[in-house]
Amino acid sequence: MTIAIGLEGSANKLGVGIIRHTPSKPAEILSNIRHTFVSPPGEGFLPKDTAIHHRSWVVKLVKQALKESGVTIREVDCICYTKGPGMGAPLQSVAVAARTLALLWDKPLVGVNHCVGHIEMGREITGADNPVVLYVSGGNTQVIAYADQRYRIFGEALDIAIGNCLDRFARTLNISNDPAPGYNIEQMAKKGKHLIDIPYTVKGMDCSFSGILGFIDAYAGEMLSGAEKRDPDTRELITPEDLCFSLQETAFAMLVEITERAMAHVGSTQVLIVGGVGCNERLQEMMGIMARDRGGSVYATDERFCIDNGIMIAHAGLLAFQTGFTTPIDESTCTQRFRTDEVFVKWRE
Amino acid sequence: MPPLRLIDGTLVKQGAEAHVYKSTFLYPNVPCLIKVRPTKPYRHATLDMRLTKHRCISEARLLNRCRSMGVLCPTVYFVDEKRGEIIMEWIEGPSVRDFLHNYIDDASDHGKDENKAIDVQLDALMENIGQTIGKLHDIDTIHGDLTTSNLMLKPRESPGTQVLDTADTSLANSDVVLIDFGLGQVSSSDEDKAVDLYVLERAFLSTHPRATRLFDIIIDSYKRNCLGSSVVLRRLQEVRLRGRKKSMVG
Ligand SMILES: Nc1ncnc2c1ncn2[C@@H]1O[C@H](COP(=O)(O)OP(=O)(O)O)[C@@H](O)[C@H]1O
Ligand SMILES: [Mg+2]
Repeated sequence: MTIAIGLEGSANKLGVGIIRHTPSKPAEILSNIRHTFVSPPGEGFLPKDTAIHHRSWVVKLVKQALKESGVTIREVDCICYTKGPGMGAPLQSVAVAARTLALLWDKPLVGVNHCVGHIEMGREITGADNPVVLYVSGGNTQVIAYADQRYRIFGEALDIAIGNCLDRFARTLNISNDPAPGYNIEQMAKKGKHLIDIPYTVKGMDCSFSGILGFIDAYAGEMLSGAEKRDPDTRELITPEDLCFSLQETAFAMLVEITERAMAHVGSTQVLIVGGVGCNERLQEMMGIMARDRGGSVYATDERFCIDNGIMIAHAGLLAFQTGFTTPIDESTCTQRFRTDEVFVKWRE
Repeated sequence: MPPLRLIDGTLVKQGAEAHVYKSTFLYPNVPCLIKVRPTKPYRHATLDMRLTKHRCISEARLLNRCRSMGVLCPTVYFVDEKRGEIIMEWIEGPSVRDFLHNYIDDASDHGKDENKAIDVQLDALMENIGQTIGKLHDIDTIHGDLTTSNLMLKPRESPGTQVLDTADTSLANSDVVLIDFGLGQVSSSDEDKAVDLYVLERAFLSTHPRATRLFDIIIDSYKRNCLGSSVVLRRLQEVRLRGRKKSMVG
């Protein structure tokens, strides 16, 4: 039996989770709490402010997580933290906290790749054994499959990530960041009905979102400055809800298409969606229809796991720890760029 | 008048977006492939129609273009724009993907000398691939989905040639053929060509992680066989860097 505590803070969420692994039993989540730095509408979160947020909440969250879990410090086997990728200052503030705990409690440290954290937690929760993974978040859009001890990137967004595209679009339309811009776009999209013709850019298993963003930003800009936009067939007015709808329908179709291409290429019928955008129910629905058509199924998790969290860092860290991996204090740095395929996955067949 | 639909075709494969059937065209001894793009129920009907139609027409045009300009690909026999179907030449070879999988997995079971012979053959295949892509780009055609699944091996037509199967070790008698042009376009832009190579690079290295060395041969051959290669390859460096420099927050 081993227990790990995981600390995550690579973007605007600070998460602390405690997990227990018992051989031949599912992992047990003893606690998984999060505090989010929410910026005002029309603004993104800046690294400096986000780091201040993390620093001021981390002690409180660790104490609360320990209390909820009922675990004593003595029972903890290792401290896992996000090594990257992510924003420099927030990553560092959490790494400092992790180092402090490791020294204070005399426990080994384990640096974890954020993306691998998402993948391993998704596999654990859903039971998807060897899926093609679509990882979609604020900073990442990747289609991943496992081969030969690594999570290999088969496709990705060539310019900006899907989450970033959604966030920036929300800013243009002054959509609230609370609880998250993507969530609010999803709610608005449910009321949209006209599909406007948006650039659709797929290149093999890669795709591109900057064309979409440019187009829809210009379109929304004209709308906000009073120009009347109408549907060519019905002559009805185009609403901001229609824009959200069209953005989702187009961008998600691209994501499903590149995932399907990877599934055909590697010969898999399972697909797992992870990362913050993975909470979107329309994306899950579209992916489900595609997978069913191929005789397979889609696996997805809810917001506790697809939004950045500490438990996934604890889980992936503990998997590595059990194979003998630790991160010595003097190597316990963090890095803004840390590709998914850089990690040697020793714990899988 | 369009011919009757060839309902006696047998479904051979569900590709990434197409269903492909094997049948015969006009004569019982002329095998053909019917490529059908079924509607994708996951996406909005309007978007689906737009994409399906565009891809069918663009694939047929690009196949004809390549054919007429000397890049090896299946001959188009018939296009049914309404149904979005293409009837084309049947290529009787394995895909390069299946070929490499068998080859490389086999290689670990062979002795050293045998491996050397295999290496020489593989090098020749990679050389051939680089040449084919180089030619494609020289006629300002972008494939749009370069992977080893979309490269096939076709036995060269000469009397008495044996059909190549995935276990066959003789590559000497086969040509590399490009298929699946639905995402292609005509473009002379270095950026488009560089992205074409980048797509291939990542797909290749992820699919055949033990064959990293082989990809370098493709690029080297492309360098020697494509007139505009130096600018494209410089651009490829930039595209790679862009990939690595992306912020990746969250
Ligand atoms: N002309 C052909 N002859 C024989 N097999 C083919 C031919 N074209 C395609 N195939 C087979 O069908 C599969 C799917 O066809 P493809 O054109 O690549 O469609 P998709 O867009 O679905 O990938 C290919 O990977 C290949 O195995
Ligand atoms: Mg194909």
